[in-house]
Amino acid sequence: MSQETISGTDPSPDADDESLISPSPGADAVGHERTTGEQSETRTVVETQALDVYYGEERALQEIDIEIPAEKVTAIIGPSGCGKSTFLRCINRMNDLVDSARVEGELLFEGKNVYDADVDPVALRRRIGMVFQAPNPFPKSIYDNVAYGLRVQDDTENLDERVETALRRAALWDEVNDRLDESALDLSGGQQQRLCIARAIAPDPDVLLMDEPASALDPVATSQIEDLIEELAQDYTVVIVTHNMQQAARISDKTAVFLTGGELVEFDDTGVVFENPEHQRVEDYITGKFG
Amino acid sequence: MATDSGRDWFGSEKTTGYAKGRAFELGCLAATVFGIFMVFVLLLYVVVDAFALTTPEYGPWLDGDFLTSAHSRFPEKAGIYPALVGSVMMLIVIALSAFPIGVGTAIYLEEYASDNPIATLIEINIGNLAGVPSVVYGLLGLALFIRFVGLGTGTVVVGGFTVGLLILPIIIISAQEAIRSVPDSMRTASYGMGATRWQTVWRVVLPEALPGILTGTILALGRAIGETAPLIMIGAAATVFSPPSSFFDRFSAMPRQIYAWVSFPKYEFQYGVMAAGVVTLLTVLLLMNATAILIRNRYQRQ
Ligand SMILES: Nc1ncnc2c1ncn2[C@@H]1O[C@H](COP(=O)(O)OP(=O)(O)OP(=O)(O)O)[C@@H](O)[C@H]1O
Ligand SMILES: [Mg+2]
Repeated sequence: MSQETISGTDPSPDADDESLISPSPGADAVGHERTTGEQSETRTVVETQALDVYYGEERALQEIDIEIPAEKVTAIIGPSGCGKSTFLRCINRMNDLVDSARVEGELLFEGKNVYDADVDPVALRRRIGMVFQAPNPFPKSIYDNVAYGLRVQDDTENLDERVETALRRAALWDEVNDRLDESALDLSGGQQQRLCIARAIAPDPDVLLMDEPASALDPVATSQIEDLIEELAQDYTVVIVTHNMQQAARISDKTAVFLTGGELVEFDDTGVVFENPEHQRVEDYITGKFG
Repeated sequence: MATDSGRDWFGSEKTTGYAKGRAFELGCLAATVFGIFMVFVLLLYVVVDAFALTTPEYGPWLDGDFLTSAHSRFPEKAGIYPALVGSVMMLIVIALSAFPIGVGTAIYLEEYASDNPIATLIEINIGNLAGVPSVVYGLLGLALFIRFVGLGTGTVVVGGFTVGLLILPIIIISAQEAIRSVPDSMRTASYGMGATRWQTVWRVVLPEALPGILTGTILALGRAIGETAPLIMIGAAATVFSPPSSFFDRFSAMPRQIYAWVSFPKYEFQYGVMAAGVVTLLTVLLLMNATAILIRNRYQRQ
């Protein structure tokens, strides 16, 4: 994927989806348009090489090497404070907002190092959506929340339709279609989180990052969200952080286990990680011998 | 609790310190009552004078005529109309000048420069500026707007700009607080959606902070409407007989007019007319504060 070139870092709001990176004319299936056939092996969307993250002097991630496949669900598990959120925030450069954070090494998105000087983080984030641990809808109407991403990208064609599509995909449409003008803050926690998912997928990003999206929810809302993630994985590359082993085992194709100190200890197919992990430490963690 | 006997379970004065707490509570209550009582006495005093409640033969000083007529040599004919209009016009100048500058400064300090040393220095000094006596602002207005810029002495714009400078730090500080109270999760959500900083400020932060900013600004305007010293320094007229015809006309404002009445030799001016002026001023002030509270309650979220 090295033949891909950066076509521009135009930060203007009307810059379209392809502005961050576009495949060079001769690029094969590596191009970022979604491959539909099963025959194309797992294409890598996000790849890191010796990724280190520091908060001031403290090192939160060490030498992470990982290849996240397209249109699959990759789960990230590990004990609290091991750097899962930090890793997620690296992918769409949300760590730029943390003053003390410093990133070393490479993080390639579609073959382009997102930490290169010519990458515009705003354009990057328009292609990598994010759902946060706590639901954080804007204090605006339900409609305005979902439309937000499209509006900031100045991409408001068929807005009504696309808002509806996003809400349907987030399994929220039936609950809110008669009150789109009401404040999003009047929704329940589970509804708010699904609204945040709708908001994240409305602009149709390539990758969806989810940081413990179900951690504040009851079992019913959680299973709704899990169904949703499986559904979304048909079109999106999903990277999900979770503390819930069963959840990771249920919904993910690949699982990455981070352990204390910010190391990526194991990364493999979910079945392998859960049934036959390579490292004793991982097995101990998964079986709850240490946390 | 693991003591052998349970003798301390019900506490005693010695162990609980309730007496101290009780005394402190009473002290605070006394302080509150004293403060409110003094304000109440003052209000009662001016209201009694303004409506001539103790000397009904003079009629109420504060009536429709008082609000619609100009000053007169005869106390029973004197009114506050030109000064009332002058005050309102001055407020308009202040709102149009100090509000955008103040809010702009607050946005810059909070959203753009939150962690650079110059911004920190500016911030500390804004705090200091809020404490500078108003006479000094009057001098500044005189030097800056009249001597340097060349605007007319005692005109509405000069009054508005000068008092605007005076309340600028208050507007900035209250706007900063309003902006700071917007949760960071809102900004994170916005950036996470691929919004630029500009979009985040305009579409998320400002709409959320606006009620707080407006409330703070109205309260600051309330402070502005009562300022007298700067108006004297910039040469606002003690008394005018007709409201200013434009923003570049000379004017008088309510507190300036009240101050003039107090120094009149006639007893009726010093008491009745002055009291009517004070009650008018306080009423306007009260209305403004009520608006501020209304805005705050209207937009307050859970
Ligand atoms: N903004 C920050 N400033 C300084 N240090 C931070 C910051 N955010 C995270 N850290 C540190 O980085 C390390 C990893 O944090 P991170 O939030 O990525 O952990 P996590 O795996 O997501 O934990 P959890 O499961 O509890 O959410 C922790 O030691 C934390 O103290
Ligand atoms: Mg986390």
